[in-house]
Amino acid sequence: MTDPILALTGVTKSFGPIEILHGVDFALHPGEVHALIGENGAGKSTTMKILAGYLDPTGGQVTWQGKPMSFSGSEQAEDLGIIMIHQEFNLAEHLSVDQNVFLGRELRRGFLLDHKAMRAQTADLLGQLQCRVDPATPVNRISVPDKQMVEIAKALSRKARVLIMDEPTAVLTERETEVLFAQIERLRAEGVAILYTSHKLGEVKRIADRVTVLRDGTMVRSDLTADVSEDDMAAAMVGRELSDLFPPKPAHGAEPILEAQGITVPGVVHDASLTLHRGEVLGIGGLVGSGRTELAEAIAGLRPRSGTVRLKGQDLPANHVATAMRAGLVYLTEDRKGAGLLLDKTLRENLTLGQLDRFGSPLIDRKREEAALDSAIADFAIRAPERGMAVGDLSGGNQQKLLLAKTLLSDPQVVIIDEPTRGIDIGTKQQIYALIARLAAEGRSIIVISSEMPELIGLASRVVVMHAGRIVGELADAAVTEGNIVRLAMGLDGHEKDSAA
Amino acid sequence: MSMATTAPTRRPRVNLAVIAPIVALIVLILIGMALNPNFLSYANITNVLARSAFIGIIAIGMTFVITAGGLDLSVGSMAAFVAGLMILVMNMLTESMGGGLPVILIGIALALFTGLAAGFVNGILITRAGIEAFILTLGTMGIYRSLVTWLADGGTLSLGYEMRELYRPVYYDGILGISWPIIVFAVLAILGEIVMRHTAFGRHCAAIGSNEKVARYSSVAVLRVRLMTYVLLGTLVGIAVVMYVPRLGSASATTGLLWELEAIAAVIIGGTLLKGGFGRVWGTVVGVLILSLIGNLLNLTDFVSPYLNGAIQGVVIILAVVLQRNTGAAR
Repeated sequence: MTDPILALTGVTKSFGPIEILHGVDFALHPGEVHALIGENGAGKSTTMKILAGYLDPTGGQVTWQGKPMSFSGSEQAEDLGIIMIHQEFNLAEHLSVDQNVFLGRELRRGFLLDHKAMRAQTADLLGQLQCRVDPATPVNRISVPDKQMVEIAKALSRKARVLIMDEPTAVLTERETEVLFAQIERLRAEGVAILYTSHKLGEVKRIADRVTVLRDGTMVRSDLTADVSEDDMAAAMVGRELSDLFPPKPAHGAEPILEAQGITVPGVVHDASLTLHRGEVLGIGGLVGSGRTELAEAIAGLRPRSGTVRLKGQDLPANHVATAMRAGLVYLTEDRKGAGLLLDKTLRENLTLGQLDRFGSPLIDRKREEAALDSAIADFAIRAPERGMAVGDLSGGNQQKLLLAKTLLSDPQVVIIDEPTRGIDIGTKQQIYALIARLAAEGRSIIVISSEMPELIGLASRVVVMHAGRIVGELADAAVTEGNIVRLAMGLDGHEKDSAA
Repeated sequence: MSMATTAPTRRPRVNLAVIAPIVALIVLILIGMALNPNFLSYANITNVLARSAFIGIIAIGMTFVITAGGLDLSVGSMAAFVAGLMILVMNMLTESMGGGLPVILIGIALALFTGLAAGFVNGILITRAGIEAFILTLGTMGIYRSLVTWLADGGTLSLGYEMRELYRPVYYDGILGISWPIIVFAVLAILGEIVMRHTAFGRHCAAIGSNEKVARYSSVAVLRVRLMTYVLLGTLVGIAVVMYVPRLGSASATTGLLWELEAIAAVIIGGTLLKGGFGRVWGTVVGVLILSLIGNLLNLTDFVSPYLNGAIQGVVIILAVVLQRNTGAAR
């Protein structure tokens, strides 16, 4: 085998006090497609960003062509030929396709831009990708798969020696995926080292020469793809022991509290129905982008939808969050910083924002607000160095606890919690799990949406799994296993067979 | 009980952005006292305050609009239009009804209602039709300015002599030697400060300006609160006009010219964030006073030409924004 062109040796990465990569060894060889797989939060993105110079490792060594390397930034990595295609597009929406492809490396003739040459070369690149987009079209007018193709064209136009692709096929149709694979095979033949991530294990099996599995920031196995089956990969991704991180599941009643029928959000959720019982913790599993969040937001009145939502026999209107909240249904967002908390405001202002009418009218009673904050700090063990500090300066765990306190302030009957523990440490996770169990024991009904399989299994007695906007299966009691959820979420089982299966 | 009480608490440091407007105001007053002994005279002070009342009343409303992440460029033209319409209708009524107090009361009611309606139109188009506030109010600014020019037929609309005499006291009289515009401005400023700091509406304005999505997810009626800020501003424009018309008794195409920019400048100098999310009415009042004192000082002294008024005001505005950026979100 050839020497690796780009490698990591014992690389660790910490964000603040939390280490999320623990000594990762990883090597990319010229002319090889190397798949990196793992659950959400396993450390794939961090690994890729270290390889592409976006992040510095906290410990360990990055090696470029056998020599230790420390990138000053992604620009230096790009100059060396290490190109990363991000999952979120990195395109200037108002510029045309060719302007995007040559952004920052515009071709010139004298002082002036050589539009003709750029347009011709872009057309040529898109032709190779069998993408029928006119290079003069502004990017905001082309479809999502076409944007992905433009990103790939952009990468191809640079002389890539290492190409890092973060779930490139997530938004592509089967035909487009085939075209992409043909390009990957061509680049491999030209000696480019390719790092490829995907949740679609069938694709990994097909295109990758070697597969490395990450779990919780640790490399669990690295094998030639020929030696592992798809089920082996899934097992390696999820196979971890459940500790007593989770409290025992309380028994729930049979009385239905929340009934959602035929929920459809155009383009993201199709005809999803579910029932939630009194005191029950129901899990919703599925990949990021499978429509879980959109389904929850539609139920909570945060999105336009069709279909009915009935809470204790009362119909809740679409797109009217205040009614849902008054009726006793609340939604805790996964986007803590973007939709959950006002980062520049104090704890008190955040806590009471949704419930100000309960704190006096017309004037807000400051004392009652302070009292509410006192009990929130005590009940949720929020640790704030200063009472009057801006919420943005709190740690992620304390922000999450405050968000929980804020969401639960209305004393709801039904709580939908989206990613209850994203980006927080294990100790706080345990506190939040205990809280969820306590809420259920009090007779409230909870829906937990999570990308972390152990979380779903540890908390929920029943799990529905979504794939591509549809509920593809429901698992209860003993059938709630990581393997079953992953298989459904990946589209391997269930009503909707994916071609990858 | 709580971690917050056991944790070591740092003494809150004096925030420069919080006190800067007050410091600037005090410095201006000291300079004024040093340069001209008449500066602190009763006549001069009441004159400055009464003149700043119009912009001040409008700037109170502007504080809410800007805090909620909006902007209204149309208030100057709106004031001119409301004033023109008010004068026109009062003159017509004087002919048919023969003048007297009822005509004045109808005129006042009309001014308040027209202001409210104009604010409602701005607000409804911004919130429901989703037009950018800057663009929409730029449009309505031109519309109202053009309407008042048309109403006045290119000239000046003047209130009839008899009505002017009857209406005059609303600007020139007062209680305890303080004229009505100053009293109204003070009362509205205090009310505005209370609404901003101690009511759900004020809190919601700040939340929407800070992060609209968070506000929506927290079941704040974002569109309604936004709309209300523009309605409030329009109504305050109406009140300002009620105070303004008796001063000169006329309205023309140049009435209220650049008031919108003065109001916005006062709001920003006062420490309200232009991008929204934090606002304070008392700061706006200080901002209004700073702007009028600069003009007054230049008139009282021959130190600097009064023609440089705009330049000095401009420097103050720029300084205020630089201070805001350096100290982050003020509170």
